[in-house]
Amino acid sequence: MAAATPPPRGAGSHRAGSGAGKWARGGKAEAARLPPARARLGVGSRMAAGPQRGSPLYAKEFTSKKRDDFEDILEERRQSSDLRYAMKCFNPVVYKGLSPCKPSAIKNTVLQSDQVQYVIRQLSKEMGESPDIIQEEATEILDEMGHNIQTRAIRFFALTLSKVFKTLFRKICVNGEGIQKLQQAIQEHPVVLLPSHRSYMDFLMLSYLLYTYDLALPVIAAGIDFLGMRLVGELLRRSGAFFMRRTFGGDKLYWAVFAEYVKTMIRSGYAPMEFFLEGTRSRTGKTLTPKLGLLSIVMEPFFKREVFDTYLVPISISYDRILEESLYARELLGVPKPKESTSGLLKARKILSDDFGSVHIYIGQPLSLRALASGRIDRRPYNLIPRYLPQRPSEDIQDFVNDVAYKIELLQIENMVLSPWVLIATILLQNLPAIDFDLLVEKTLWLKGLTQTFGGFLEWPDNLCANKVVASCLTLHSNIFILANGHVVLNDKDNEGGATEELVFKQALTILMCGSYRNQLLNVFVRPALVSVALQMTQSFRKEEVYSCFNFLRDLFSDEFIFFPGIAVKDFEEGCFLLTKSDVIQVTAQEITVAEKGSTAVSFLSAMLRPFMESYQIICRYLSKEAKEAFTEKQMISGIRNFAFLLLKTESSQCYEVLSSDVQKNALSAFVRLHVVDKMKTTNGVTYTVKKDAVNKTADMLDSRIPVIKPVTARL
Amino acid sequence: MAAAEEAGGAPGSASSAQRRLRVLSGHLRGSREAPVLLSASPCGAQGAAGLPGPATIPKRRQELLKWNGWGYNDSKFIFNKKGQVEFTGKRYRLGGTVLPILKEWMEKTFGASLEHKTLPRATLNVNDVPPSFANEEFLQDLRATKISYSQDPEDRVFRAHGHCLHEILVLREGMFKRIPDIVVWPGCHEDVIKIVELACKHNLCIIPFGGGTSVSSALECPEEEKRTIISLDTSQMNHILWIDERNLTARVEAGIVGQDLERQLAERGYCTGHEPDSMEFSSLGGWVATRASGMKKNIYGNIEDLVVHLKMVTPRGVIEKSCEGPRMSTGPDVHHFIMGSEGIFGVVTEVTVKIRPVPEYQKYGSVVFPNFERGVACLREVAKQRCAPASIRLMDNEQFQFGHALKPQVASIFTSFLDGLKKFYITKFKGFDPSVLCVATLLFEGDREKVLQHEKQVYDIATKFGGLAAGEDNGQRGYMLTFVIAYLRDLGLDYYIIGESFETSVPWDRVLDLCRNVKERIVRECKERGVQFAPLSTCRVTQTYDAGACVYFYFAFNYRGISEPLHVYEQVETAAREEILANGGSLSHHHGVGKLRKQWMKETISDVGLGMLRSVKEYLDPNNIFGNRNLL
Repeated sequence: MAAATPPPRGAGSHRAGSGAGKWARGGKAEAARLPPARARLGVGSRMAAGPQRGSPLYAKEFTSKKRDDFEDILEERRQSSDLRYAMKCFNPVVYKGLSPCKPSAIKNTVLQSDQVQYVIRQLSKEMGESPDIIQEEATEILDEMGHNIQTRAIRFFALTLSKVFKTLFRKICVNGEGIQKLQQAIQEHPVVLLPSHRSYMDFLMLSYLLYTYDLALPVIAAGIDFLGMRLVGELLRRSGAFFMRRTFGGDKLYWAVFAEYVKTMIRSGYAPMEFFLEGTRSRTGKTLTPKLGLLSIVMEPFFKREVFDTYLVPISISYDRILEESLYARELLGVPKPKESTSGLLKARKILSDDFGSVHIYIGQPLSLRALASGRIDRRPYNLIPRYLPQRPSEDIQDFVNDVAYKIELLQIENMVLSPWVLIATILLQNLPAIDFDLLVEKTLWLKGLTQTFGGFLEWPDNLCANKVVASCLTLHSNIFILANGHVVLNDKDNEGGATEELVFKQALTILMCGSYRNQLLNVFVRPALVSVALQMTQSFRKEEVYSCFNFLRDLFSDEFIFFPGIAVKDFEEGCFLLTKSDVIQVTAQEITVAEKGSTAVSFLSAMLRPFMESYQIICRYLSKEAKEAFTEKQMISGIRNFAFLLLKTESSQCYEVLSSDVQKNALSAFVRLHVVDKMKTTNGVTYTVKKDAVNKTADMLDSRIPVIKPVTARL
Repeated sequence: MAAAEEAGGAPGSASSAQRRLRVLSGHLRGSREAPVLLSASPCGAQGAAGLPGPATIPKRRQELLKWNGWGYNDSKFIFNKKGQVEFTGKRYRLGGTVLPILKEWMEKTFGASLEHKTLPRATLNVNDVPPSFANEEFLQDLRATKISYSQDPEDRVFRAHGHCLHEILVLREGMFKRIPDIVVWPGCHEDVIKIVELACKHNLCIIPFGGGTSVSSALECPEEEKRTIISLDTSQMNHILWIDERNLTARVEAGIVGQDLERQLAERGYCTGHEPDSMEFSSLGGWVATRASGMKKNIYGNIEDLVVHLKMVTPRGVIEKSCEGPRMSTGPDVHHFIMGSEGIFGVVTEVTVKIRPVPEYQKYGSVVFPNFERGVACLREVAKQRCAPASIRLMDNEQFQFGHALKPQVASIFTSFLDGLKKFYITKFKGFDPSVLCVATLLFEGDREKVLQHEKQVYDIATKFGGLAAGEDNGQRGYMLTFVIAYLRDLGLDYYIIGESFETSVPWDRVLDLCRNVKERIVRECKERGVQFAPLSTCRVTQTYDAGACVYFYFAFNYRGISEPLHVYEQVETAAREEILANGGSLSHHHGVGKLRKQWMKETISDVGLGMLRSVKEYLDPNNIFGNRNLL
């Protein structure tokens, strides 16, 4: 097995296309035969001459999950004493190779480690400072960073969270099988828990869950902002949180100490390590593109073979109603995020009286890092340099980490439970300002069918009739929509009067809130939806043209949605496959035709993406006409906001979502990536300049005024 | 490690070295009765030889050695009438002793059962043996040289293999597809030259054969070889040509086996100190060809440190240096092309090796550590202080228990009481967990005074790492394991247990990770491949160096219920080697590459490195006369 040779890698530019080329060789003649995506995924990877980027990591299963094995952990809480639960004998399942040690011992190990000592010596030499002083600094960093996990604090949380959760939520459901697998994984190898991040509740929820099931409690990478909260910060620290600064790129000492702290805990299997790949809470319901820093740190002990393996566990936590929903919408509209503070937390008490429905936690199959890395990592670099030396990960490793991050996020999406409300919100957004209730139910049922065909993990209460399901969802979200005279209308009870500006703002608030639920569905629907948009834009049946357009859009939106790096053709295939499976389109060797009954679906799906299409168009227009010579991101955001406000006020646009800073930032980074906007780092920070021609061209392509340029490699 | 094993009979006694030699020669008595057949060739060698030593291994090896297993015919593990394991024969100290715990250990470790037995066929079926092809012209030329040769099927099969698991399994149950067509026994350097010339003239393939103890598939005949294959058996070139006491060197013919070399040198009060585990059977030429390492290398060095001069016959001619200077700066050392060349360049015929006076005093020892980590840390410290004894080895817990299972029946209640007391002290009083603790075995050699001083130094270091001295007996039993393991494998094979050992060398800081990961990989691979009972997966650190250590693994499993056990075994072995390489370990510390590990050569020495070797091969042997296809 000459896994010796590193996987051959093409240059970056050639990479994106290599997937397409390979796939095409898989058999042009069969291209039309269905199901194309599934069938060929396997063939493609086997045909590849060497380990091919993308193929081994990206393989989605379309098996429907067992939906009946969810257990409600609150059920028992409602029946027995919380105090006894909090005081229960806690003997958690731990890693088999664990030699127990105190949090302070870890800090000591970190300080004394070759890795940290090396950096201290380096810095001392560079700065002419005595090593003792730098060592002192390192100690301070560690003290600021380190967790101080204590059973007492855990018990306190167990008690209070029981009370809080029971008030807030109807149920907290978790897949029993996932718990079992996790239990096994925790004993076998160091475990990294990678939950989705939609709410501050996420990590509390997860620790609570592990406590309930007698599993080792995780140590959690948290943002340093929590430390600003008196008491709470310390309490979190005692329940296993450790704190990382948001940015520490340049600070070598901080980086070394932090990385070593994390790695020490991984190496010793001290506790499951938990962090959020998305880096921050997604305010939009869309999964955020992954942050790779921490992930590559936790992988390093395996790369250096300091551990036999590491399990990566994707976890999807979904809420029927997100606690922070209106906060998020405000933030997106530019109302500053309230600083994390204890008093703020106390003020938030009033939400306790509200109903937030159920929570679903799906613990995914633990992924063996060893299995993922098999054949992808060249071992020589690690064999030839002492392991304590900081080593810049090779391009191969970086690509690998990136691929794994995307794979895990895709799994999070796949396993994310969707509530019926997600469907309803999607429909309502396409039927503003009002829709007949019966029609809504009818459409919801139709969308339910489509969602299930697309492999969405829908949790639909089978024992209730559809009317009741929809009505109950509307009750839960009555802050957004209400049922009046058989019509479902926007809840605008606060919108009485006020200036136009204020009305626009409030309308936008509601729409963004609603959009965050639609986006949950869009996470799953994005591939078929993009194919639908491409079909409408090209007005052509030629597969190649549709693909070109798809590819353009996929590229444009790759900050908005999660696409596995590089494999545009597979994504296209998957989109086509799903649409074919649900009888929306027919695919032949050269052509894609919309089926007789498929046009509704195509319009519906493209309407799901319309807010994004229109937002990008508006932003293009803004950039083309209004943008100054050089601008900062901040300037651009307020510029677009004013520009869009004007459009909305004058009703020349209905696209409220363009007001979202999320879409604005994503568009900016997409334009930078596509060389429509130039990014420059100056002493005053980052500034941008617009390339007018390019912006106009992009705008034209988005408006279908000119056809999308064919990518050279698009051979279908 | 037979020699070391039998030597320690009376540790602490000043005459232990002499006793060791007596024992050594003791188990050779059998062969002495038969006069050694000297080659009929007119070699002048014997004349010059100061010491005409009778060779232990006869030309017809099968008369003394097992044809389908390890070692002497009369030495093996059996189940006696009481159902207990016993070791037969009188060659080893273990001979005739009953090992009461071993059966239970086998059952517990492998889930093996006495009722499930799979016996090999009793004798070689001559009809299965591939016929010998050799053209008459060549045979005529050969006869003219008067060099002894044979086309007998048994002789040829015997030289068609080493001792890899798959080779032994073939002997037990099948037949090799390709074996040598003819065996030749050159009597001296000149004979070898003649044979190589003949092979070049007739375009034949030569595979040199020394002791036949290869564990790298190096002796396997390439199936695709169409030419006549000559097995060049060096065993008759077994003389010490001279001993130079002023320079402490000896000129020795390369076919001499380890035990003969040491015995004959000992008669003059010298030794080479080179004691690989296979030294009873392996030959000096074989050591050179594989870059062998000896147990006591800390004092005497490995083969590359011992060789002062050598001569190799290649198709291009004979290569040798012009003098015996102890070190030279004359370009890259050509000896290093020869050492480790695994028979692809030519045949090593004569070697000048360093010799040392036989040490006055020898003492075994052992140290118990609370866990393997502490043990490795201690060995590292010993290496750092450069005070390693002749041998220092660290067995992991599984191997400690394995060694324990080889404890003979205790002679008296008192001994067993004492054992109990020791165990109590270590596990209860000192709090060592019997399922975690590990043992280092030690062997000291030299002046009595210095040994005792050295011993104290090492024990002092051990104490710093939580080690407890655990007696000489335990140490000795540890070394016993090394030589009985090969015999034990034959016993296992009768009961559906297959196993093998393999080794690597690795920098110090990676030793622990490598040991843990490789052992775990083996266990997992076995599980994934349907092995029902968890395998024995154990390791020991067997050599220490300044910059790293040599690690030796044993791996064995019960293959009942598996349709293709050998295939499973090979996959697991490959995976284990991958794991070693991924952990920064080397492809081999001393077993060599052969054909078994060839696939990793390019990764190991780079494309360019491989090209360098190829160009040497191309120059020395353009027609691939030495066609065993090892290494490259």
